[in-house]
Amino acid sequence: MKLKVHVWRQANASSKGKFETHEVSDISPDMSFLEMLDVLNEELVDHEKEPVAFDHDCREGICGTCSLVINGEAHGPQRAATTCQLHMRKFDDGDEIWVEPFRAGAFPVIRDLVVDRKAFDRIIQAGGFITARTGSACDANEIPVSKEIADRAMDAAACIGCGACVAACPNASAMLFTAAKVRHLNMMPQGQPEREVRVRNMVSQMDAEGFGACSNHFECEAACPKEISVEFIAEMNREFLGAMVKADNTVPKRG
Amino acid sequence: MSQAALTITDTTLGKKYVMALSGLVLFGFVIVHMLGNLQVFLGAEAMNGYAHTLQSNPTIVWLVRFVLAATIIVHFGAAFALTAQNKKARPIKYRMKKDVATNYAAKGMIYGGVVLVAYIIFHLMHFTIADTAPVIAGKLGYVHSSPFGPEQMPNVYNNVIKSFQNTGMTAVYLVAQVALGFHLYHGSWSIFQSLGLSHRRYNDAVRSVAVAFAIVVVLGFAAVPIAVWTGFVQAV
Repeated sequence: MKLKVHVWRQANASSKGKFETHEVSDISPDMSFLEMLDVLNEELVDHEKEPVAFDHDCREGICGTCSLVINGEAHGPQRAATTCQLHMRKFDDGDEIWVEPFRAGAFPVIRDLVVDRKAFDRIIQAGGFITARTGSACDANEIPVSKEIADRAMDAAACIGCGACVAACPNASAMLFTAAKVRHLNMMPQGQPEREVRVRNMVSQMDAEGFGACSNHFECEAACPKEISVEFIAEMNREFLGAMVKADNTVPKRG
Repeated sequence: MSQAALTITDTTLGKKYVMALSGLVLFGFVIVHMLGNLQVFLGAEAMNGYAHTLQSNPTIVWLVRFVLAATIIVHFGAAFALTAQNKKARPIKYRMKKDVATNYAAKGMIYGGVVLVAYIIFHLMHFTIADTAPVIAGKLGYVHSSPFGPEQMPNVYNNVIKSFQNTGMTAVYLVAQVALGFHLYHGSWSIFQSLGLSHRRYNDAVRSVAVAFAIVVVLGFAAVPIAVWTGFVQAV
């Protein structure tokens, strides 16, 4: 396959980026999208040019490191898949492909297609944990969890924190990510002691990072490589309302 | 980390609750308003009697007007704050962005809202405050009809008929009803999502009912101008 790739180039966070156009040839339909970029980078290095910086790690769709908005879709045109699991057979010979970084004020570009997603880490630090001791593993079934709850908590916990929800959202909102993380722990018995403080602090941190609001377009759910349901957003809305009308009706403002 | 505290309406979720609850109030009003309008089909007696009853209870009418005006201001204010936040959240736009899941109703919410505010002002000038701004009202095609019946009741019925015999006026109202329909469809099911009244067993049903409600409201409101314009309902 021969392709024309328009790729976003930006030297650092403060510089102004622009698109750069490259022709790539000898692309196998069996390659992943990242392997196509690898081919492009080898060519750039051969011509003593700076290779395109992009995030990647496991390349098997479970780490949440790869990103990219490809032809206007976060993680490209394949549903329920990360960019590393997107194959070039999804494209046709001679196609033009536009590759952009995830765009959000809370995800500043570090270089080219690499964005800083530490805002997600700070949301997790605000409440995405349990305070029970983490000693040796306890015996199986020591804490009873019903099959239904375990399955549903797992559906939420499947979130790999890639940020495609933010990238796809017309408002750059982090509601789907935050909701998945809140609900995953709040459904489990281990998460109960901090249940209310968790949702309050994580929502407060989400706001502090400058993400947008949810206006129910549900682009996030469509873009999510783990198909996290927007039902979790509704559940977080319910939990937050409940937590706020109980004892304390304020949340700490987080930096 | 500062020690300042945020109240519920400072948070993004809190503003969405405000949108949902104020929207619910306005949705309720729209249905009551539609039922009032449909009295055109019961004849001049019924419609003018209804208008007379409302005007004879100024305390209730002004209380309702105050609540509605405050609700609109709150609804609009929260929408403005959220939209500003959303614009700020993506300072650099995508060169190419594909919509996968959203629809025109969702994308048009904010524009539809602005259209509806403009329409509400126009509508109030047209039927409600025509007496205080007769010049503007005259230009808008407003017609004062002579009082109705021996009790000299306001002839709201004839005002409606004469207004919608004007094609331009009928068109303005019909366009506004379509905008209202889309706004109500997305808004009504979003109330459930924003307040967390979600359950996978009922979510599809909520969407279907939202479509049905929007269609009923649009048809209910559009029926009056269409019936007048086509001559189905005549002046007395």
